[in-house]
Amino acid sequence: MDLPKIPTRDQLADYVPFLIKKGSAKFVTPAGKRVHGIMAEFDTPAAVYHAAELVRDEGYKVWDVYSPFPIHGIDKAMGIPRNIIPVMVATGGLSGAALGFIMQYWMTAVDYRMVVQGKPYGAWEPFTPITFELGVLLAAFTALFGMLMLNGLPRWNHPLFKKDRFLRSSDDKFFVVIEASDAKFDLRATRDLMTKAGATNVEVVEDDE
Amino acid sequence: MSSIHPDKSVSERLAGLAPATSRGVGQDLPDIGDGSLVEDPAVRAPLVLNNRSFSELTDIVCGYTENKPGKWWLIALGAFGTVMGLGSMLILYTIITGIGVWGLNNQVDWAFDITNFVFWIGIGHAGTLISAILCILKQKWRTAVNRSAEAMTIFAVMCAGLFPAIHVGRIWFIWFVFPIPNYNWIWPNFRSPLLWDVFAVSTYFTVSALFWYMGMIPDMATLRDRADARLRAGPRPRAVPFLPLSADRIRAFVYGLGALGWRFSSRHWLKYETAYLLLAGISTPLVLSVHSIVSFDFATSVVPGWHTTIFPPYFVAGAIFGGFAMVLFLLIPARELYPNFKDLLTLRHLENMAKIILVTGMMVGFAYAMEFFIAWYSANEYEADVFVFNRLMPPFLAGADPDHPEAVRYAPYWWAYWAMISCNVISPQVFWIRKFRTRPLAIWIVSLLVTIGMWFERFVIIVTSLHRAWLPGEWHMFYPTWVDIGIFVFSCAMFLTFFLLFMRFLPMFALSELKAVTPQANPHPEHEDGHGDHHGGDAAGHGPQAHATPGHGGKGGH
Repeated sequence: MDLPKIPTRDQLADYVPFLIKKGSAKFVTPAGKRVHGIMAEFDTPAAVYHAAELVRDEGYKVWDVYSPFPIHGIDKAMGIPRNIIPVMVATGGLSGAALGFIMQYWMTAVDYRMVVQGKPYGAWEPFTPITFELGVLLAAFTALFGMLMLNGLPRWNHPLFKKDRFLRSSDDKFFVVIEASDAKFDLRATRDLMTKAGATNVEVVEDDE
Repeated sequence: MSSIHPDKSVSERLAGLAPATSRGVGQDLPDIGDGSLVEDPAVRAPLVLNNRSFSELTDIVCGYTENKPGKWWLIALGAFGTVMGLGSMLILYTIITGIGVWGLNNQVDWAFDITNFVFWIGIGHAGTLISAILCILKQKWRTAVNRSAEAMTIFAVMCAGLFPAIHVGRIWFIWFVFPIPNYNWIWPNFRSPLLWDVFAVSTYFTVSALFWYMGMIPDMATLRDRADARLRAGPRPRAVPFLPLSADRIRAFVYGLGALGWRFSSRHWLKYETAYLLLAGISTPLVLSVHSIVSFDFATSVVPGWHTTIFPPYFVAGAIFGGFAMVLFLLIPARELYPNFKDLLTLRHLENMAKIILVTGMMVGFAYAMEFFIAWYSANEYEADVFVFNRLMPPFLAGADPDHPEAVRYAPYWWAYWAMISCNVISPQVFWIRKFRTRPLAIWIVSLLVTIGMWFERFVIIVTSLHRAWLPGEWHMFYPTWVDIGIFVFSCAMFLTFFLLFMRFLPMFALSELKAVTPQANPHPEHEDGHGDHHGGDAAGHGPQAHATPGHGGKGGH
């Protein structure tokens, strides 16, 4: 299970740069900029799939594959376990349903009791539709906002967006980006690995600062 | 232009390896239309025609929002926008004067308002149905229509929500429907289906909007990146005089806000896919529940013609039926008007939807028949009377009443009932014939008829049941006023205006899903048997995908 991790200081600094400053850089470019990572470009889903398997087997942890659409089976190629969104959505749905039922019961049978249609005050049957609807409502909100939260979105900017080539990840190109914060990251070795994996172009990505 | 020759592969398969005659086994091969209508079970019909590459798909879909639309778009927007603007005055008139400006009377106290509400909410069901149920059933062809169907859903539910809101008359008391206590600290009545309806429709609107928006996040990111790339390439022409704003700068900003910083990361995609599938999963019972609850508005009453247990499934089937008809009604013209639209929305897509229209049309027809059966079987004379003498009986068939030979009983709204039957039950029957369900014009005409028929269905259920309930002394006919008609026309114009704006400014296709169903998206092309050169006669097993798109199946592998 891919449990959400507590964000590191450097990750938090991406969101609130005015509050938190990043630690010292492990790698810097000749121009003195902090290195975000190495970006390798591929032409086809198959090529990036095999590259991902290679990177996974090398033992990298902080890296990602970028593709215009979800590649089938990429979770296996990258070694990503299942995520916890189903658990979150179930929790959201059940909370919504419970709240919906309690709300109706309290309003009808506790706070202001009125005889309607000669039924018992707390008859549960007429509460079913709204209980269900509110369960669905909260589950849907959890699905969208839970997904965004786990993905660290919304986010204003990202070092990768500075790369002109990277913009084609939304069109027809595929990228592997290994980040400098990975323990195994090394400018030369990682670059060689990407070349070996058949990348058509390899670039160093600088950080925002 | 097309390099697809499914016709050839069909003939090759039927005749073994011999490329001799194209009609080898002595039977006429079916017409394959644009290439998507292949009937050979070993040939998977292409979902995107003309072997479009990823970047071509991006260009086509983004082009719909980035290029200037044709003149037709401006003319249509101007026309519908004007009608919408004028029509909104009628809503103001209704609110200021009161609902006495409608044709309602003491007996028929729901008429056009609730008819229109149920009509629009029904149309609003196809979008989420296509997105949710077809998504769960792994029906890949949904990618061609899901985005526009979802947009249609949102706009239809907006139209639907309007009518109950204004039909309360004193709209400033509409807060009575929310779970807040009124002046006397009394809460709303949670035992009323009308209140269930409020929760169902508002939940449905919210969840459909979330679903629609979530699907558009990656596509808005594509539009953002394209605008950004053009901005980086050099200065762009100004969109407004005197301000340093180009259309692309506005696009990069607005789509950028909508895309929430989406960057096409696979780790994000995986969570996105999980969340999307779950949203589809919870939307499926939601779709079914919403129209069931709408039907409770009627079914829980004791009015003959309303008090029917078949209503929930009957309403849901009718909603799917009417919704698909509206999808076709909108997309068949769009298919003609936009360049390359036919590559993405193939004849097979239309045929599939025509089949759904046929099936759901017969389900609706079954429900109509079942109402008569139950009216007879229950031995409830009021029920039977409603169905025969309120709905069915045209004047030219009506016999004389034995007790009052001078009075000839017939159903005053017989024409509405028969309009419903001929549009909803009879007209889709043409789809038994393949020729009709593969001709866009024929499908469009049927979809128009079905849309009309579905409006009449709601009119029949609501007005004819009410106008002659119980005591003959209370019987009243309903005649719509010009305000009734005007507000209905307004809702149609509003629906079409919003849809036109959607076509212009938002991605009309789910681009990432469209790319993912193309053969070149397969990360394991080497496992796909029969790609590349030897796609001729070998086997029924894996060949199909490569058959449909030779040359592309192997692209990734080399």
